Amino acid sequence: MENPKTMIKVDELQTSFYTSKGEIKAVDGVSFDVPTGKTLGIVGESGSGKSITSLSIMRLLEDPGKIKGGKITFSGEDLLAKSESAMRSIRGNRISMIFQEPMTSLNPVFTIGDQIAESYMIHEGLSKKQALKKALGMLELVGIPSPKDRLKAYPHQLSGGMRQRAMIAIALACRPELLIADEPTTALDVTIQAQILRLINNLQDELGMSMMLITHDLGVVAETCDYVAVMYAGKIVEYADVNTLFHSPKHPYTVGLLKSLPRHDIDQEELEVIKGMVPRPDDLPDGCRFAPRCPFATKLCEEKLPTLDTMADKNQVRCWIYTDQWDGPEVNVKNDYGTAQSK
Amino acid sequence: MTTELLKVSNLKQYFPIKGGILGRKINDVKAVDDVSFYVNAGETLSIVGESGCGKSTTGRAILRLDEPTSGEISFNGKDLLALNKREMRKMRKDLQIIFQDPYASINPRQTVRQVLNEAMEIQNVLPKEKREDRMMELMETVGLGAHQLDRFPHEFSGGQRQRIGIARALSVDPKLIICDESVSALDVSIQAQVLNLLKKLQRELDLTYLFIAHDLGVVRHISDRVIVMYLGKIVEIADKKSLFDNPKHPYTKTLLSAIPVPDPTKKKDQIILKGDVPSPIDPPTGCRFHTRCPFATDKCKEEIPELRTSEINMAAGHQAACHYIEEIESGEMTPNY
Repeated sequence: MENPKTMIKVDELQTSFYTSKGEIKAVDGVSFDVPTGKTLGIVGESGSGKSITSLSIMRLLEDPGKIKGGKITFSGEDLLAKSESAMRSIRGNRISMIFQEPMTSLNPVFTIGDQIAESYMIHEGLSKKQALKKALGMLELVGIPSPKDRLKAYPHQLSGGMRQRAMIAIALACRPELLIADEPTTALDVTIQAQILRLINNLQDELGMSMMLITHDLGVVAETCDYVAVMYAGKIVEYADVNTLFHSPKHPYTVGLLKSLPRHDIDQEELEVIKGMVPRPDDLPDGCRFAPRCPFATKLCEEKLPTLDTMADKNQVRCWIYTDQWDGPEVNVKNDYGTAQSK
Repeated sequence: MTTELLKVSNLKQYFPIKGGILGRKINDVKAVDDVSFYVNAGETLSIVGESGCGKSTTGRAILRLDEPTSGEISFNGKDLLALNKREMRKMRKDLQIIFQDPYASINPRQTVRQVLNEAMEIQNVLPKEKREDRMMELMETVGLGAHQLDRFPHEFSGGQRQRIGIARALSVDPKLIICDESVSALDVSIQAQVLNLLKKLQRELDLTYLFIAHDLGVVRHISDRVIVMYLGKIVEIADKKSLFDNPKHPYTKTLLSAIPVPDPTKKKDQIILKGDVPSPIDPPTGCRFHTRCPFATDKCKEEIPELRTSEINMAAGHQAACHYIEEIESGEMTPNY
């Protein structure tokens, strides 16, 4: 990909949970990069490892989770080599994060103003008075009505949409270079979601930050992202620019996902489904992880894990169909998915 | 020939708010405020709307899981609100509900066999010796295996658990199933499986669905007709095609335009609403949407618009509760964003 500058580069990241049942590979060799000023969407269903990937970048994993291997380079610096105190000065300052549920990530006993001001006091060494003044500016920026009064409000006094705006104000207070948004609008109603997505988009343009958007909603991805990584069972199965991903998806999982989505803007008679379910993380298939559910799977797929290969159009896909070693009949995944499925 | 299976008239559901030292009632949450509609046998009627619009409350009121404040509910010609508790319990054989969270709605200490058996026992649908075969048949019907009958809910995934919920509802041969956000908690690939299953069951068993959901993609897929609710009131009701292709109420239009489309090349004019949904404790006077509506006038602040149809370009059965359907349609009124 012809990206002039890379904001963050993740290389062969491996994150595992060590439980009494043994090692659970939540993220298993994930590599991608986010070009400066662009938005990368990470999509996947529950258990695909998308949230663990973002927590690994922030180094916010809790026991028994551990980063087992790989490299994370942020603006040229190796994040995994940093001390905890160095990490703390990056978090909330140069890399910020927004979570799904603002009620659980805001502190209920401090006012919104205090919580925004805190970042300025910690990262910029401002006095409380100066910090509160800047906090007021942030509330205005994120479009909270009567910001002066809201500065003194507690989280429970705000609606869901307002709380999410307050979270964004906290996250963006120190003008981060990278914003990681983990399902930022999932808990919100659609009309409020539209407000928040527009806000995030506008602020990104204004502040020139790079963004990682983690979501399960393909509609949100289509509307906000420049590039998309599709994750399945701890691995990236496809990485492409947003137009290619939606118009000529290559991986059978991506195709299945798009075909199983009920659309409000077009009529569909029967939804295509992806049969079966996601494999258990402690019992992953040996070959391609999607093979047990894939309508095209051959013996090769069941036995050997394909690599994430770069295609002629610079996009990446992890599937045997696109390699010389493919041992099945010639297929067009997008067009033949339905017929292959019904066999 | 279509027959009306369920008819809801002027349904109101107010929840009292108690306060003060004496715990007196100080106000009401007007969750559902004067709602009327009918469901034809064999069709799927959906109720959509955002949180707090009263869609789930409506579903619960029909089953009398919460006693409605006032109104009439008639099912198959019988007045549901006139029944006593015992009669109502019997009635629920015909009226089943599938909830959103399959983790919370199935007893974790019962095996699937016990769950299904209990439902059949209470409603006395089959003699004991025939239940075994019926249970196996039910498991097949919902796409599970008969060998899974003796498992506990925790041994199933979310999608499978929702199938158990469906099997339980089907076990008593209901006529109407209320699906309250039944697929909302599921991943897309699993959601599609359950939606297809619900459609197949409807065809085979002649079921009627009242489908309550917030996801308009799901609603377009499953419904015959759609009701849009906002703050306890119906703002629009129409057959699926009219509602999605020719919406008339400004709220329906905004709702449709706010949904992200999974196609990056489809650029659309998004209408972004100002502000939040007002509180149902003290809802706005007149049209409840007037505080956020780009077309609102003084009339909207004062007069409550009735559901009505219009001469211009509205299919039979299509109604919207707006004073200005014609003016907005003709372009005489322009939005004020």
